[in-house]
Amino acid sequence: MAFFLVAAAAAPLLSAIAGQDPYTYDLDALSDSGAPKGFGGGISAQHWFGVEPMTGRDLFAIVVHGARTSILVGAGATAVSVLLGVVVGLTAGFYGGWYDRVVTRTIDVLLGFPYLIFVIALGAIAPTSLPKPLLLVGVLAIFSWPSIARVVRGQTLALKRRTFVVASVALGAGGWHVLVRQLLPNLTATIIVYSTIMIPSMIGAEAALSFLGVGVPPPTPAWGRSIGDAIGWVQTDPMFLVFPGGALFLATLAFNLLGDGLRDAFDPKTRGLRR
Amino acid sequence: MRLLRLVSGRLVSMIATLLVISLITYAVFVLLPSDPAQLSCGRPCTPERLADARAFMGYDQPWVQQYLAFLGGIVTGRTFGSGAAAVHCAAPCFGYSFQLNESVTHLILERIPVTFSIAVGAAVLWLIIGVGTGVISAVRRGTAIDRAAMTFSTIGVSAPSYLVGLLGILLFGFTLNMVPVNGYVPLTEDPVGWLWHLVLPWCVLALISAAVYARLTRGQMLDVLGEDYIRTARAKGLRERRVVGRHALRNVLIPVVTVFGIDLGSLLGGAVIAERVFSMPGLGALLLDAVGNVDLPLIIGVTLFSAFLIILANFLVDLVYGVLDPRAAP
Repeated sequence: MAFFLVAAAAAPLLSAIAGQDPYTYDLDALSDSGAPKGFGGGISAQHWFGVEPMTGRDLFAIVVHGARTSILVGAGATAVSVLLGVVVGLTAGFYGGWYDRVVTRTIDVLLGFPYLIFVIALGAIAPTSLPKPLLLVGVLAIFSWPSIARVVRGQTLALKRRTFVVASVALGAGGWHVLVRQLLPNLTATIIVYSTIMIPSMIGAEAALSFLGVGVPPPTPAWGRSIGDAIGWVQTDPMFLVFPGGALFLATLAFNLLGDGLRDAFDPKTRGLRR
Repeated sequence: MRLLRLVSGRLVSMIATLLVISLITYAVFVLLPSDPAQLSCGRPCTPERLADARAFMGYDQPWVQQYLAFLGGIVTGRTFGSGAAAVHCAAPCFGYSFQLNESVTHLILERIPVTFSIAVGAAVLWLIIGVGTGVISAVRRGTAIDRAAMTFSTIGVSAPSYLVGLLGILLFGFTLNMVPVNGYVPLTEDPVGWLWHLVLPWCVLALISAAVYARLTRGQMLDVLGEDYIRTARAKGLRERRVVGRHALRNVLIPVVTVFGIDLGSLLGGAVIAERVFSMPGLGALLLDAVGNVDLPLIIGVTLFSAFLIILANFLVDLVYGVLDPRAAP
């Protein structure tokens, strides 16, 4: 995972070392039909991963820069939805009453939304003046905060009956103090684990949308869009599928493994089960 | 009596949720700056023709009235325009696509068999594989079988379905030439062709989802097997097969059914990704086309229809839940 973070951060550097950038067309590397020349989709000393069919853009540069897009959108959407989910879940669980009922109802409605369908539809209709990555972060966050809010609310409900919370309320502690100083520290483990599990699903969602052609618009490199473009080239140039696809898979796997590891580390119940 | 109360209570909440969702969807799409009348008006588009087109489609009214007219259309059907040019959209009318000159309901019904074929077949497969693997893993906890299954499922959870689908096409379609690489054949025309075209999408979707279900089932099973009533059942001298199959599985299935309902519902509402990978003309493909053409009535219609399916699936899940777990009844 650290590998991907480094790759994403150092994308311009890496592609500079390779002597390529993801926007330059290299039509010389293509044959007349638009397919890359040579072995494995045009792999050569110059183009480490070969080139993109039709344009001849360097695939290594595209993959490395694509990591930036994926991780920025993934981490951004996760940050927004975790923040929203924790604030809403914490306050709803602590204060209860009609506010809690409204929140629970909203969560139910949002979880019942056909979110993929909705996001696709929205992506097409939204005004073009709005930057697409920002829109993606917003929309992904809107549909993912409910799941974390639900968990945080549940835990808050359980925690607020515990003696230490009851005691500090009885001592006259304000709502803010109880929420931030008493409840939040006890929820840290849950929140961290949920965030790490959420990042790969956000990366996957962004890639899926780009794959369907409603995500990050070209020419910005995105793994999902490269995979989508590769549909037409599967037979003639399978390497065009393998490199971006492999990157997406490995990134998701890395975050999932991290999430699993963290969960086991924080949860004594599952620790014993893994020998 | 208990069942009746359960059903009616859930039904009311289902309809309420549907209304809220339809209102939000309608508001979002109608308030965003896109104008179907402008698109259909053609060039040169004089202001009079634009106004006529708006009035014909019903977009000259405030959006709340448009929404009410839309809801009314679902119940009674509606007629756009008047005189010789009028088009009638029979109930249940989910809108009218002026680009395709077809009622949205008709367009959706045309595509349903494709999506349902993909979704139901895949769902049956992944439920059997996923739950089966999960149970075996839990019972043989810590063995090589368990470790292999869990490694496999971690990989499955991380692999995007379109990637696996494309690799599947590459391997089984192009290289081994075993299955067709794309397209759909109706069941009524050619059952064997239907099956043959669907095998690969089913397996791909099932493998990915089975990974999720295997983890869920395993985790639940491990929790349940630690319960007192399982010890009691074992102490009574019941066979292990019966303890796991009868006593434990029933409780394990409760959360599995919940997830399954939501998954199946959203897949029925458009297996967008599978349809794109395997070039199948289902609901998801219909939506992507509509998005490409900015066909607003069709987009709204398909979105609402798939919301309806998800909520219906949730409703059914709640009912099954009530039967599986008597404590859940209101």
